[in-house]
Amino acid sequence: MTVKLMQGNEACVAGALKAGMKFYAGYPITPSTEIAELSAEALPKVGGKFIQMEDEIGGIAAALGGSLTGLKSMTATSGPGFSLKQENIGYGIITETPCVIVNVQRSGPSTGLPTSPAQGDIMQSRWGTHGDHSIITLYPSSVKEIYYTTIRAFNLAEKYRTPVILLLDEIIGHMREKIEIPENDDVEIIDRKKPTCDPSEYKAFKVKEGDIVPEMAAFGQGYRYHVTGLVHDETGFPSGNELVADKLLNRLIDKIEGNKDDIVTYEEYLLDDAEIAIVSFGSIARSSKTAVDTLRSQGYKVGLFRPITIWPSPEEQLLELGKRMKKIFVVELNAGQYFLEVDRIAGKHVQVNKYGKINGEIITPEEIVAVVKEDQNA
Amino acid sequence: MPSELVKNYFRTQNLPHIWCPGCGNGIVTRALVKAVDSLGLDKDKVCVVSGIGCSSRAPGYLDFNTLHTTHGRALAFATGVKMANPELKVIVVTGDGDSSAIGGNHLIHACRRNIDITTIVFNNNTYGMTGGQFSPTTPTGDKGTTAPYGSVDPNFDLCNLATAAGASYVARGTIFAANQLEKNIIAGIQNKGFSFIEAMSTCPTYYGRKNRKGSAVDMTTYLKENAINKVAWDKLPEEKKEGKFVIGELHSIERPEYTEQYDKLIASLRKEG
Repeated sequence: MTVKLMQGNEACVAGALKAGMKFYAGYPITPSTEIAELSAEALPKVGGKFIQMEDEIGGIAAALGGSLTGLKSMTATSGPGFSLKQENIGYGIITETPCVIVNVQRSGPSTGLPTSPAQGDIMQSRWGTHGDHSIITLYPSSVKEIYYTTIRAFNLAEKYRTPVILLLDEIIGHMREKIEIPENDDVEIIDRKKPTCDPSEYKAFKVKEGDIVPEMAAFGQGYRYHVTGLVHDETGFPSGNELVADKLLNRLIDKIEGNKDDIVTYEEYLLDDAEIAIVSFGSIARSSKTAVDTLRSQGYKVGLFRPITIWPSPEEQLLELGKRMKKIFVVELNAGQYFLEVDRIAGKHVQVNKYGKINGEIITPEEIVAVVKEDQNA
Repeated sequence: MPSELVKNYFRTQNLPHIWCPGCGNGIVTRALVKAVDSLGLDKDKVCVVSGIGCSSRAPGYLDFNTLHTTHGRALAFATGVKMANPELKVIVVTGDGDSSAIGGNHLIHACRRNIDITTIVFNNNTYGMTGGQFSPTTPTGDKGTTAPYGSVDPNFDLCNLATAAGASYVARGTIFAANQLEKNIIAGIQNKGFSFIEAMSTCPTYYGRKNRKGSAVDMTTYLKENAINKVAWDKLPEEKKEGKFVIGELHSIERPEYTEQYDKLIASLRKEG
């Protein structure tokens, strides 16, 4: 057992290395920079590669190029840089290229309050790239959870052949906590399935029966195939046919939305007998958890629902919560982004309130306690 | 019947190509394929990367590992490919707008790193795919749909740009002098470092029509008559260079190559470790 005092961003790199990251391409931006710095230090020691690109767009582009050539790849950024990466996130989606994109959220819009905390990219992480698509976004809330969630982000990227967004925020990215990593940590590591067929039979974007995604050859492996951001058929070549477009684009959505049972994770805290639920994630879920304890000690039947998979959202669980609770509060460090999703799902059964902030200050447990009490005693 | 060259290197099932009659892109693509053929490269070890635009459609027709990326980003994707597997011969096919406007930043930094990628710019002086807007290489005063009164923008000399930014091999050719272009591409691929080859091409459909440059033959004749080989160019008095441009190998130096330097770093760290 290794016990360490570790920073959130450091745990992200440790998790990525454990997952098999062999290539990092990025551009420095606070508060994500430590992820680039530590990758630059660690990767060449394990035969991996690091490159500091000329800009954020180049960072994700090179990471996708590295992934197509067979290496597990990652890039990390914050707010403004996340905006810049959006077009190529869409490229990763339509070309089914595994990649982990870390966004250590900071205040915005634009340069905002550098580098105060915020959770303002909840919707950007869902809808930032243009066009209809689905996406996997994970959001841990402790240093230990960052380590394991980063591993999971790589696993999901490989399994579903898609970019996975790992949301952190300035608070958990820079926070230091004790983390215990077992010496022989037998955590599952998933690698993309590669083709073994004769190259003449390889159809790069055909899903074999029983598989979720097409087998993925690395450039140079002997399967000469075409990758394009255009709508393409099973061979990988572009097509303007509406049936081909319909089949491809819906398959890309369905491979994620249809596997929510595998993808969606969440934590429930004291919800069994609760009448009031707080929905909260990332750093603010920590304030919410403390608020739940305080409110419980004062006799309020409150619990916490913490989505760890933000997208696709835990729809089934939120609907169930809506049916069981008398009130839901969505507490997030923004002006009410995830509230829209929770209200959409649970709002038909229960009143959903939002509490947020966009001034660069965190939300304290005391504030949450006051919000719930004010509402309950009104 | 397709030639042996076409059968060996083209994905014939994807032909005919989308390019207009009279477009020079086919000639540049042929020069590239002939260069690969004469070097005897293993097709499995060649990766052709492109961005967006007319020329960037070329990889779809070629039987290599091919990657058609986003607008301007071919070199950034190619950098990732080359880093991940330095054994691959990475060739970027791009246009003047793709490489020097939206992708200009990636171009200068790929030159600076001297990463072993051969870049071929199909320069037709316009954004052809979107219908003939002026590009960074449209000569000042020439028209485009977004320069209806003639462009007031000064135009780039891409070869000077690449040389200044650190490319270790720089050449310019034309679709008229296709054999020389092929030789330059061969030398570019052989160069261990970043090679930049500007292929002067034609777009009779948009640039040509908008600027009354005549037919595809007229435009190619223009390239023939105004391109001057480097050796002759260097002897030419300044006043005779007016309206002409230089072709051939323009710059060739030895500089440490990026992925080799990184591999040395890995080796030294692993030795220590």
